[in-house]
Amino acid sequence: MMMNHSWKSQFKLNPGTIVKGIWHKNQYTILKELGFGANGIVYLAKSEKTQVALKMSDNGMSITSEVNVLKSFAKVQGSALGPSLLDVDDWQSSQGKISFYVMEYIEGPDLLTFIQQNGKVWTPVLFLQLLNDLQKLHENGWVFGDLKPENLIVTGPPPRIRCIDVGGTTISGRAIKEFTEFYDRGYWGLGSRKAEPSYDLFAVGMMMIHTAYPKRFNKTSGGIAQIMEEVRKKAELLPYEGVILKSLKGQYIRANEMREDLLSLVIKRETDNSSKKTVDRKDSGNQSHSNQGLTRQNYKKKRKKGRFKETILLFIFIAIFYGIYIFFFTS
Amino acid sequence: MYSGKIRQILLLTDGCSNQGENPIAIAALAREEGITVNVIGVMEHDVIDEQGMKEIENIAMSGGGVSQIVYAQQLSQTVQMVTRKAMTQTIQGVVNKELQQILGRSKTMEDLPPEKRGEVMEVVDELGETIDLEVLILVDTSASMKQKLPTVKEALLDLSLSLNARTGNNTFSVYVFPGKKSDVEMVLDWTPKLQSLTSIFSQLTTGGITPTGPAIRAALSSFNQKRSLRSMLSHDDESFLEESI
Ligand SMILES: Nc1ncnc2c1ncn2[C@@H]1O[C@H](COP(=O)(O)OP(=O)(O)OP(=O)(O)O)[C@@H](O)[C@H]1O
Repeated sequence: MMMNHSWKSQFKLNPGTIVKGIWHKNQYTILKELGFGANGIVYLAKSEKTQVALKMSDNGMSITSEVNVLKSFAKVQGSALGPSLLDVDDWQSSQGKISFYVMEYIEGPDLLTFIQQNGKVWTPVLFLQLLNDLQKLHENGWVFGDLKPENLIVTGPPPRIRCIDVGGTTISGRAIKEFTEFYDRGYWGLGSRKAEPSYDLFAVGMMMIHTAYPKRFNKTSGGIAQIMEEVRKKAELLPYEGVILKSLKGQYIRANEMREDLLSLVIKRETDNSSKKTVDRKDSGNQSHSNQGLTRQNYKKKRKKGRFKETILLFIFIAIFYGIYIFFFTS
Repeated sequence: MYSGKIRQILLLTDGCSNQGENPIAIAALAREEGITVNVIGVMEHDVIDEQGMKEIENIAMSGGGVSQIVYAQQLSQTVQMVTRKAMTQTIQGVVNKELQQILGRSKTMEDLPPEKRGEVMEVVDELGETIDLEVLILVDTSASMKQKLPTVKEALLDLSLSLNARTGNNTFSVYVFPGKKSDVEMVLDWTPKLQSLTSIFSQLTTGGITPTGPAIRAALSSFNQKRSLRSMLSHDDESFLEESI
């Protein structure tokens, strides 16, 4: 049966509750609830000295399934995308036996909150990190599936993107297990729900758009036309337009290709801006990071205004000079 | 591995039945025949009546399936989730039966140590991807469903998108109740292409009564006709799945 509300209230554990595994005999003290979703409740818990995240569900299958994914994540060398798995067990509670697993506690704001708090400069950095991790995941024969900003946490310092909720992670070539409409290419009529790297990259493209539309937007006509129209409405997305378009059209076969395009964009912008950099820094010295982009625009505007004044002054000067010339030399 | 099929009835309704046999009993019958009954209650903004909600839950329970009450806007996600969940449940039931034969007594997956469960789960996942699926969709077209029908259509097209991403084959059939002339009317015969639904849905008319019980019965006979037709054409052994559910 699906998880219903009675289940949720039944297993609302109070802080201080001790959860002890039947098989491995490890003991966890519940500290607080971190959140819940369709597949269970996640608690912050204490194990000996460290803090861990503990996920519980009445659906033992979904626990087992997520554990399988976390185990295979651990085999992906050099990638720290998902939380590491610490324990799997059952707990004999007063209400009955219940399955749970314990994972690394990933602490930090979600992707959009982080960018809001720390500035848009972080957008390309975090997406480059994400694409790097996705590349490794894909190389190992997995597709993340349910990629969305709520499932991406920025830990640190130094800031590092990580993901929680691996419930949608699917073996390449199978049907995507879990998805969220806005990030799902099938929903927009732009592709199948087969687990392929390009499925994830579509979601990455949509997340880039989401950074400029905190409330997202609704599907009207759907298709590439509607989405790209929304993209063109936001100045901050214009530099990424090409990359977004390619990802939505499924033209990136591998995460690395998208990463390289994004990277060369960033490098290009840097070299373009480097001439103004010294002035720019002075100008925004006392501003917070979050409106650096804005400051740059203002600066450009000011500069344009300045040039305009110069031109007018020059014009007046010439006019006066010409007047004097005429006055003296024609009379 | 198993050459079986999964058979499901997916009932989309917004309230209580008021005509004909008791749908809960017919759902129990379906279960005995190896057919799962899933029910989705489609709400408007106001809450569905208490009695209707109970019936929805009970039909799914006695039909061995999954039920979910949902607002019309979230229908697409729910339809595919319910179908997938029910499929996994059925497969798990089969796998548990297998386990009992191997391990004896009343052992199920939950009795295995967590490490072993993972391996069993891989088998369940694999089957979910490759097994053939037959879904008979029963759409309530009583008057109150009128404004929801476009959403129902979207949700069903979305379902076929999800299922067609699998390796296994899918066949769909669609019935509406009440029909134009009788309690139940077939609008789409068994086909792998649910997309043909688009033109049919715009022509649907809605009408007074809600004969849920007779609708489920009609669905059962459609499955049985299909089955007997198949066994006439080929004499291959009834698959493991069909027998063991
Ligand atoms: N490892 C973790 N570290 C910190 N917080 C976590 C961790 N895992 C989960 N959470 C928190 O718990 C919430 C619910 O977890 P999760 O998304 O895994 O549940 P779910 O049932 O799969 O939800 P969904 O319906 O979104 O699929 C998350 O939104 C997050 O806030």
